This record gives sequence, C-alpha cells and structure tokens, in this order.
Amino acid sequence: MVPLTWYLILAAALFCIGLFGVLARKNAVAVLMGVELMLNAVNINLLAFWRYTALGQLVGQAFAVFVITVAAAEAAVGVALFIAIYRQRDTVNVEELDDMKG
Amino acid sequence: MHESSAPFIYNLTILLPVLPFLAFVLIVLWANRSKQLSARLAMGGIGLSWLIGWAIAFTAFGAQDIAENPFRMVRDWLPVGRAWQAFGFMIDPLSALMLLMVPFVCFLIFVYSYGYMGVGKPAGAHDQRGAPAEPGHVDPLASRFFAYIALFATGMIGLVLADNLILLLVFWEIMGLCSYLLIGFWFARKYDDPKKITPKEAGLKAFLTTRIGDTLMLAGMLLLFAQVGSLSFSEIFKPATLEHLATTTTNIILIGPVPWATLIAILIFCGAIGKSAQFPLHVWLPDAMEGPTPVSALIHAATMVSAGVYLVIRTFPLMAAVEHGAALQFIAFIGSFTALFAATIALAQNDIKKVLAYSTISQLGFMFAALGIGAYVAATFHLLTHAFFKALLFLGSGSVIHGMEHGHHEGHGHGDTVTGGQGDVPHHAAPDHHVTVSPGHSFDPQDMRNMGGLFRRMPRTAWTFIIGGLALAGFPLVTAGFWSKDEILADAWAHNQLVFAGLAVAALLTAFYTARQIVMTFFGAPRTAAAEHASEHDSIFQWMTIPLMALAVFAIAFGWFGIPTTFPVLGQLSSNPFHHLIGGLAEALHLEAKELPFSAVPLLTSVVVALGGLFLGWLVYRGVAQIGQRGEDALQLRDPLARPLGRVYPVLQNKYYFDEFYSKVFVKGVQRLANWLFRFDDVWVIDPVVDGVGKVWRRISDWGQAFDERIVDGIVNGIGALTAAVASAARVIQTGRAQNYLLVGLVAVSVLLGVFLVAPK
Repeated sequence: MVPLTWYLILAAALFCIGLFGVLARKNAVAVLMGVELMLNAVNINLLAFWRYTALGQLVGQAFAVFVITVAAAEAAVGVALFIAIYRQRDTVNVEELDDMKG
Repeated sequence: MHESSAPFIYNLTILLPVLPFLAFVLIVLWANRSKQLSARLAMGGIGLSWLIGWAIAFTAFGAQDIAENPFRMVRDWLPVGRAWQAFGFMIDPLSALMLLMVPFVCFLIFVYSYGYMGVGKPAGAHDQRGAPAEPGHVDPLASRFFAYIALFATGMIGLVLADNLILLLVFWEIMGLCSYLLIGFWFARKYDDPKKITPKEAGLKAFLTTRIGDTLMLAGMLLLFAQVGSLSFSEIFKPATLEHLATTTTNIILIGPVPWATLIAILIFCGAIGKSAQFPLHVWLPDAMEGPTPVSALIHAATMVSAGVYLVIRTFPLMAAVEHGAALQFIAFIGSFTALFAATIALAQNDIKKVLAYSTISQLGFMFAALGIGAYVAATFHLLTHAFFKALLFLGSGSVIHGMEHGHHEGHGHGDTVTGGQGDVPHHAAPDHHVTVSPGHSFDPQDMRNMGGLFRRMPRTAWTFIIGGLALAGFPLVTAGFWSKDEILADAWAHNQLVFAGLAVAALLTAFYTARQIVMTFFGAPRTAAAEHASEHDSIFQWMTIPLMALAVFAIAFGWFGIPTTFPVLGQLSSNPFHHLIGGLAEALHLEAKELPFSAVPLLTSVVVALGGLFLGWLVYRGVAQIGQRGEDALQLRDPLARPLGRVYPVLQNKYYFDEFYSKVFVKGVQRLANWLFRFDDVWVIDPVVDGVGKVWRRISDWGQAFDERIVDGIVNGIGALTAAVASAARVIQTGRAQNYLLVGLVAVSVLLGVFLVAPK
C-alpha cells in the first residue's frame, strides 16, 4: 500500500502549484483555476487521512463532497464577478484591479 | 426794653452772608458779561447786608441780656462720629460789634472799587486781561473782581457770625481762597526787575504762608474736639469744660506736661499768626500789596487780617483758661514783638502801600499784645477802630496812586509836542498813546519819593488820608486811634510793664512813620511831573472819595464810644457803651474785664509819643519835602534817616532780610529736598528698582516664550510630523491588489509556521 506520505507530498505539490497560480498569474480566470487546484489538494489530504486513520467513519468523504460543492459555487460566483468586471472595465487583469486601495 | 422771645430781626441773620454769596453766584453764572451789572449786583448784595447787619447790631445793643443769652440759629449739619456738627450762627455783643464794622466797611470798599476799577469807562485798546488798565479805562476783568470781593465779604461776615469752630474754619478758608485770588488778580502783570515779586507769586506766597498757620490751627481744633467732643463755642466755654482742659495735662517730648488748654490755645493762635501776619509768618502781607488797592483795604485792614484777632478774641476764654498761662504769655510776646519789629521796618519803606502794610502788621501786634495781657475789651476796641482808619488809609493810598497815574499820563501828554492829552486827534493819539505810556512801566506811581505836594492837587484825598494817618498815630483826644491805643497802653501799664515799654516805643515809631508818609506824599513841592499833574477830577474819583469821607467820619467818631468813664473831664460825658457791651460779654464768659482806674502815666505816654512822633517826623522830613526835585532824580532822594541810622537803614529797608532768609532756608530747602526726593525716586532707588523688576520679568518671559515656542510647540508639532512620516511610509504597502495581500499573508503564515516549528516546545 502506498504510504500516506506520498499522498501528502502530492497534495502539497498540488497546493503549491495552485498557490503559485493564484499569486503569479495575471489573468483572473487562471487565478480562479489556481484556487481550484488548492482546494483539490486539500481534498486529497482529507481523503488520504480518512483512509489511513478513520476508515470506519464517513467524515473524510463527506468533507470532500462539501468542499467540491463549495468550490463549484465559488467558481460560479467568481466567474460571474469576472464577467461583470470585464463588462465594466474591459479587462480581467488582476494587476489593474486595485480598487481595494484606500 | 423787655422781650420774651428774640426780636424778629434776628431771623434775618442768615441773609447776611447769603446776600453777598448770591451776588457772587449771580455774577459768575449770569452777569459776568456786563461789568456795570456785576458791580451793581455786588454793591446791592453787600449794601443789603449792611442795612440788615446794622439793624441786627443795633437791636442787639439795645437788648439787656444779649451777653448772657446770645441769639442762636442752629441746624444739624454734618454727622461726626456720634455727634452732629451744627451749622449755626450766633449774635452776641462781639459779633454784633463786628457786624457794625464789617458789612459797612465792605460796602464802602465796594463803592470805592466801582471807581477804582473804572466801571463805566470805555475798554482800553491795549489793555491785557489780568493786568491793570491804562488810566481812564475799565479793568478788563472787573466783573471777576466784583465776584471775588463779594465772595470774600461772604467769608468775613460768615466768620463773625459762626457759632462753632468748624463753621468758622470754613469761612476762614473761603477768605484764604479769595485772598489768593484777589492778591493775584493782576496775574499777567510782570516787572522789569526780576527780583520784584509779581502779583501771581504774591498770591501764592500769601496762600502758602497762611496755610502753615491754618494747618496748626486745624490740629488745635482736632485736639479740642478729641478732648471736648464738640466745637460749638457754647460747649467749649462752659466753666466745667475749661476747668477740665486747664487741669488735665499731656506730655510733650522735651517740654514735659502741658495743660491741654495751653497746647490747644497756642495751636489755634498759630492760625491767627498766619492770618493776621504776625512774626514769623508776617512775610506774606507786604507782598500782598501787589493786589489792587481795594483788596488791600478789604483784606489787610478791615477783614481778613482782623479775622485772626477776632478768632483769638472769640476763643479768649480758652486762651485764658490757665491763669497767666504760657498761652497768654506767648500771645503777648508775639504781639508786642511784632508791633515793634514791623514798626521799625515801616520806617524805611518807600512804597506808600508797603508802609501801610507794615503798620497793619504792627497794629495787629498791638491787639495781640493787648489780648496777651488780658485786655480783652481794649483789643476788641482797637480792632474796630483800626479797621476803620486803616481801610481809610489804604483807600486813600489807592486814590493817591490813581491820581499819580493820571498825573503821569497827563504829564507825558503835556511834555509831548504832538498831543495835549487823550481824546486828541485820533490818528495821532492812538500810536502816540502807546509810545508815551510804554516807558511809563518803569515809573512807579506807588513810590513816595515820586510824590510830594499832592495836597494841593488832591485835597479830598489828602484831608481824609491825613485824618486816617492821625488816627493811626493816635492824635490825642480827637481820633479813634488815640482812644483805643490809649486803652491798650493803660492795660499794659497795669499788667505788664515790659509789654508797655515795647508798645510805647512802637507807638512812637508809628507816629513817626505816619508823619513821614504824610509829609512825603502831600506836602512840599512835587518831585516829579506826575505829582505835579496828579488830579482827582476824573469821574471815578467821585466814587472813590465818598467812601473816604464816610470812613474819615468813623475814624474820628468811633473812638467816642469807648472813652473810659474814669478819664478826666471827658469821662463824665461818656457812658463808655463799648466797654459796657464787651465787658458784659466778658462777664458772661467769666472773664475779668473791669474798667481800670485812671492812671496818668499811660495817658501822658500815649500823648507824648503820638505828638512827639508826629513832630519828629515832620521835623526830619520837612527838608525833603522842600527839595522838590524833578524827573529821574526823585528816586535818588536820600532819606534823612539813612545817615544817622548808618548800617541799620539798609537792614530795615530790606525788612531784616526775612524774605531772603526764608527763601534760603525754607524755599531752597524744600526745593533741595524735592530735588533729592526726585533723584531718590527717579534716579537712585525707586525707579531703578521698578525698572529692574521689569527687566527681570522681561527676561523671564522671554525665556518662557522660547520654552513655549521650542519645547511645547515642538512636542505637539513633532507628534504630528511623526504621524505623517509613519503614514507616508506605511501607505506604500497598501497597493489595492489582492495578490499582494495574499503574498503578505503567505509570508506571515510561513514565518509563524517556521517560528512554531523551530521554537522549542
């Protein structure tokens, strides 16, 4: 059986890729995709720890399902926001979106 | 005459001082534009006072018990502590006698002033306000003059009626003020000789000199009030009060215990010394001759100087509370010394008014000497007779001076080729008038050396003046001055031979200088053109000579009221009403005032000194009168006395150098003290201290300002600047980009995680 550590390393790598995408990408849609990657990295961790430590219970799978649901909703809201921003500003480059200043 | 209540006429007493005061107020507030109206108002006010005064006086003489029960008119006036000062008037024999003299003489002087001030004449073109007018013109400030003399009359009439010392002091000071105003009436007058005192300075001198006496007198009154609790005469003169004052003593440093009565009496007498110009405060009176001549008559003969004598007569019970006490001895000494001292100065004076001034001082000395030896009645008698004949002499001298001024004016007019007098061709007269008079300022119409032979030129003035002079000299049997002076000498003979000797010599000198004055002024040949052309034919002399004649009658006849009943032959004809009146008052006040038994020594003495003095004076100055020098030489005239008296003569002429002495010691002393105080204040101590304190505080506040600006403001501004700096540094972080924020979050979480993992558990 594949040791737990490998899953955790995979999840961490996936999380880092997602994080990089969030921090470094200029396209808002790519940033959203980075967020999806980070969420899925968490899902991997949830399932891995469930399988190795709490096999008799359903908590890990239940959490993972919730995360996927929230991620779907978040992606929908996020894309809707980008479309609205795009309509107003004609861009979705996050470098130009600095309205949170002062 | 019997009466249960006081006669109605007494109720008019209040009008006596009010009427002239009303005239004063009306002139000042309303009538001052019209000199004619002002003069008439003043004369009307004093004239009514005179009539009412005489009515009251004669009613009082007829009353039997006026001495025991004087009429009083009292209202509460000033609250003083728990007591009330009363505003009260009183009619007793003494005030009634004064009422006989004061308003009458004042009235005559007012009438005389009408002429003297030239009221009714045109205003002079070159006359200056506050300087004498040219002859034949009205004085520019005549209205003011009448206002002042009316106020003055108020003061004197109120003084003789006052029934307490406070009210007396009020009127006393009114007179003091008026004397200042009147002596300095010609305030703009200046002399070429800077040493000659100007009227302005003379007024100040009179006021300040009398002030010394007044201050001491006030001190005496306050002590009296502290001891008795009242200043009303009726309270003070109660036998029990006087007894108390005479027996209780106070300790004075260096002198020891002194009865209160003596101390108070001497202090009050000091007021009289100032007012009546006795040694050593006599210096103001001769200089007060700078005032217009009616003022000299008013102040220096009839009223103000008599006020001092009147005060001592009035408070005599207090003065005599201690039998043969120091107070009376002091009064007798001052009086007799002054009588002699002033008479010697009068010998060497050349100014016609100065001679009279010193004779006044001398005669007042007679009165005080009489009071000092207890001759209450004689002093009062001499006070009244002297008022008449001295007013006459002063007014006569004024007439002479006016006559001389007219003569000077005329004389120059005649001497000039262009004009024969005023009112000639106008376009010539006007400039010529100016030119001829201007050198006349150096001509002194008062100098007897410039006179001579005026008898023929001014007969009415001369006759009346000679009558006054004879009364002053004490010409036997006829004149009033003889009777009063004789009575003083008789009293002195009976009580104090030393005083008698002094007064006898003074009387001899008086007769001598009177003869000198009369001979130099009226007899012989005129010594200047002015004297040659002097006249009394101008219309103003009608106003001036009538009062002279009226006074001349009194200067003779008034003496007959006081002929002693013990006098040989004449005594049988006389009932001596004067002694009866004043003696009655003295008895009511428990004083000794018996008529003396006749003694031949004082009578012979007074006859001899009067006649001898007059004869000697005539003998010595007869020669001078005959010289009849002309022009400028008149002032070079050598007094025949100068040679025999040698070095003494200049001393007399310079009045024993009292003015110089006082000026050196007191005036210079005070000036030096003031100068020193000024330096102390402004240069040495006070100002430097004040300035120093100021400078120190200035330094401190400068420092405070620096502290405030640098430290306090620095802190406040520093906080602000710091905040701004921090903010401008921190604002860079806030980019508004979500990715930056996330990065910060990441770094922070990583660091915390690292710390969490590395830190030991």
